[in-house]
Amino acid sequence: MQLGPATRAVLGIVTTVTLALIYLPLFVVLLNSFSTSESLSWPPPGFTLEWWGRALQSTGALEALGTSVAVALAASAIALVLGTLAAMALSRYEFFGKEAVNLLIVLPIALPGIVTGIALNNAFRTMMGVQLSVWTLIIAHATFCIVTVYNNAFARLNAAGTRLEDASMDLGAGLFTTFRLVTFPRLKSALVAGGLLAFALSFDEIIVTTFTAGNGVTTLPLWILQNMFRPSQAPVVAVIAVILVVVSVVPIAIAQRLTAKDAATVSR
Amino acid sequence: MTTHRASAFLAPRRRLQVAGLLTAPVAWLGLVYVVALAALLITAFWTVDGLTGQVQIQWTTDNVVEVFTEALYRTVTLRTLGIAAAVTVIDVLIAIPVAFFMAKVAGPRARHLLVIAVLAPLWASYLVKVYAWRALLSADGLIGWAGAPFGLDTPGYGITGVILTLSYLWLPYVIMPIYAGFDRVPDRLLEASADLGARGGITLMAVVLPMIRPAIIAGSIFAFCLSLGDYITVGIVGGTTQMLGNLVYTNVGAANNLPLAAAISLIPIGIIFVYLAAVRRTGALRSL
Amino acid sequence: MLKPTARMSLRAGVASVAVASLAACGTASSGSDTEAATEIGDAEGTVSILAWPGYVEDGSNDPTVDWVSDFEEATSCEVVSKTYGTSDEAYQLMQSGGYDVVAASGDLTLRLIAADLVSAVNTDLLENYEGIFDFLKDKEWNSVDGVSYGVPHGYGANLLMYNTEVVDPAPTSWDVVFDSASDYAGAVTAYDSPIYIADAAVYLMTHEPDLGITNPYALDEDQFAAAVDLLKLQKESVGEYWSDYLKEIQAFESGDSVVGTTWQVIQNSISTGNTEVVLPEEGATGWSDTWMIASEAESPNCAYMWLDYIASPEANATATAYFGEAPSSEAACDFRDDCEAYHAGDEEYASQIWYWTTPVAECVDGREDVECVDYAEWTKAWQEIKG
Repeated sequence: MQLGPATRAVLGIVTTVTLALIYLPLFVVLLNSFSTSESLSWPPPGFTLEWWGRALQSTGALEALGTSVAVALAASAIALVLGTLAAMALSRYEFFGKEAVNLLIVLPIALPGIVTGIALNNAFRTMMGVQLSVWTLIIAHATFCIVTVYNNAFARLNAAGTRLEDASMDLGAGLFTTFRLVTFPRLKSALVAGGLLAFALSFDEIIVTTFTAGNGVTTLPLWILQNMFRPSQAPVVAVIAVILVVVSVVPIAIAQRLTAKDAATVSR
Repeated sequence: MTTHRASAFLAPRRRLQVAGLLTAPVAWLGLVYVVALAALLITAFWTVDGLTGQVQIQWTTDNVVEVFTEALYRTVTLRTLGIAAAVTVIDVLIAIPVAFFMAKVAGPRARHLLVIAVLAPLWASYLVKVYAWRALLSADGLIGWAGAPFGLDTPGYGITGVILTLSYLWLPYVIMPIYAGFDRVPDRLLEASADLGARGGITLMAVVLPMIRPAIIAGSIFAFCLSLGDYITVGIVGGTTQMLGNLVYTNVGAANNLPLAAAISLIPIGIIFVYLAAVRRTGALRSL
Repeated sequence: MLKPTARMSLRAGVASVAVASLAACGTASSGSDTEAATEIGDAEGTVSILAWPGYVEDGSNDPTVDWVSDFEEATSCEVVSKTYGTSDEAYQLMQSGGYDVVAASGDLTLRLIAADLVSAVNTDLLENYEGIFDFLKDKEWNSVDGVSYGVPHGYGANLLMYNTEVVDPAPTSWDVVFDSASDYAGAVTAYDSPIYIADAAVYLMTHEPDLGITNPYALDEDQFAAAVDLLKLQKESVGEYWSDYLKEIQAFESGDSVVGTTWQVIQNSISTGNTEVVLPEEGATGWSDTWMIASEAESPNCAYMWLDYIASPEANATATAYFGEAPSSEAACDFRDDCEAYHAGDEEYASQIWYWTTPVAECVDGREDVECVDYAEWTKAWQEIKG
């Protein structure tokens, strides 16, 4: 499309300003992590490295990080399997109730977290009589993560078409062989993207987590929430947040590379 | 080999293939989610023991009647809807030009960096970001300080603060699907439109927007639904404001009145079903 | 100030019947054994504790804050803990089971006792029980008919905080947040919980004697309506309601709030030095927390050992100092240098505090001719006040 230089400039400025606004609060968090104020007051009254020292020594934060990663990995794994199966069915077959299945997948993310949270809490505890644990948490997270994998896989399957698969079948490959050698390789990067989104969604989830995590199960958001209620822990939390943002760039960048490269080979 | 035999058996049987693919996901969502949700909705018609907070299986429509007749719930519902709608509109208006720039103007290298830049803040913990906004909105915070020379004051804690904070939180979730939507619009199509004499603006309105409408709606689902159920942000930057999420949370968390909480949940559930039904035809549900 | 009433046991009895009959429906589990233990046996190896944040610290959040490790070494009971944000969340967690010990505020204890979720505690088995302030023992929120249901931990008052630069002269009455609240419109703050209605009732006890309120947790329809009206009026001047103290500290440091309820620990944490706290002449609401043992505890021996340990002067001093409240014994003050700020052991001061108690239909002030407004109604009214 022919865009005038003025239009391009305006778009560039809007994007730059938006990004600046996105990073402004994070910049405040960064400053707070070095501030002598324990309550994140503005402007920071002084400079200290105390919080960074304490954060790096905090085994509670480290354990919570471990729990969060484990829960997010398990939930993403389940979501990857279920989301891929659903995407295959909905993109490759016509059947009655397709819309309903689609709605079913979207619902857990569309309904308010608190509704999902109390519904699952009630179901686990009073209907099934199960004690809340790390497993109930994983089940809850997997439920609302399915949609991200499903959508990515579905979009890719639709874009890729069925020609190659038909050819594979015509040449005598079975269903499973075709999936393994033809469908899956082309789906891989979409699954990486979907899985990463699922991971991120689970990693920062707090509302459903509050209602489905068992005794002793502390994910990072729960740890952060609890530490907001402890004396002089708020700046330590700011440190953790800064570290998370910096570290998260790596997996996002890798996934970005993978998806972009693959998407190019599949759809163009 | 067994997979071979299974494959040979399944190949001509499309229905069985569908069943095989769908059993696991549908069973999971059905058993875990739909049953839990249905049970919650049934609870709305039960009562609760005042002192112990135990749910008693005693049928009553009191909770539901209360929720649909009392002025409190009407006021809070309208306020919540207003906030969610404002957040959605703000986010979509910001996301469209940004996503367009990312997908169609920026070079491949810049595009990668932009995607990373948009996604990275998602990891900075929801709570930390909300507290950062609390600091920004404060009477002697950055917004008031920067606005003072221009005679502007911080909006402070209240509905405006909530709208700003929620718009901030959900913006990446709105940008990403719209970016993906623009990305799917082939450059060839835009060139063709230009060759046929359409100017930038016309191409945008007549060719691009209809194509990315599902993506925009998908983004709006995130902003709208996430805002509709929030209660933590409003507690931190909302001053004295309360939203539907707070009412549900107080009743389940503070009052231990699950039936009433379930009855209040009917409101956001109803709103979201209407919203999803309205956008269903556009195919937006597949662009989330 | 508050006397244990005989009706307590009746109420507990009625509630147990209700709970037992519910158990048949599968929506509740009934406690089987609420008899107090007669001796402490061998340690079971682990003890699961449910408590407010900052009550059970093992150094994992801050290596310098740790009073759990000493206990684990001394008793070979490994501590697993979970924290909760509100008394009501704690109640829900106790219902789901799996805990041996719970630290409960007065607005939670009676509910736990009534639902058979905690058992009586034989205080003779606890060496450190004797040293605890008498004015904290055998109160209506930690005992029933003279039978103790736990060990007092720490206590404090919901004080009035004000910004010395803005609020002048220094207030001595709650009227700055009620009848004269409009002087500071937009900068008044209040605690965000239905239990805050009791603060209005404390104010009305002095300023509207005709209402005849004798206990802020026992309000009949008229008294309750008066308290709610007062709060609705107050809302017009309220800038924000607070529940976590990070929010409160930030609001007072930045000047977003200039007057309102607070805790002593918040005053201690404010670094700007332009705030003061006062216990107003009308008295105040407050809390007194109790360590209790679950009726279905899997590790009752370790539970007793924890109760004894946390009541010991040094552990009690460390834990209550970290949380920011008065300790439960005189001896604990030897390990703290801030007991004076918290008025620890000051019986006269303590007598001005109306400790949080769950409002129930049967008036806790002993009236029999009227029904009081229960906590479910308080919650509903609180939502209406916030609008």
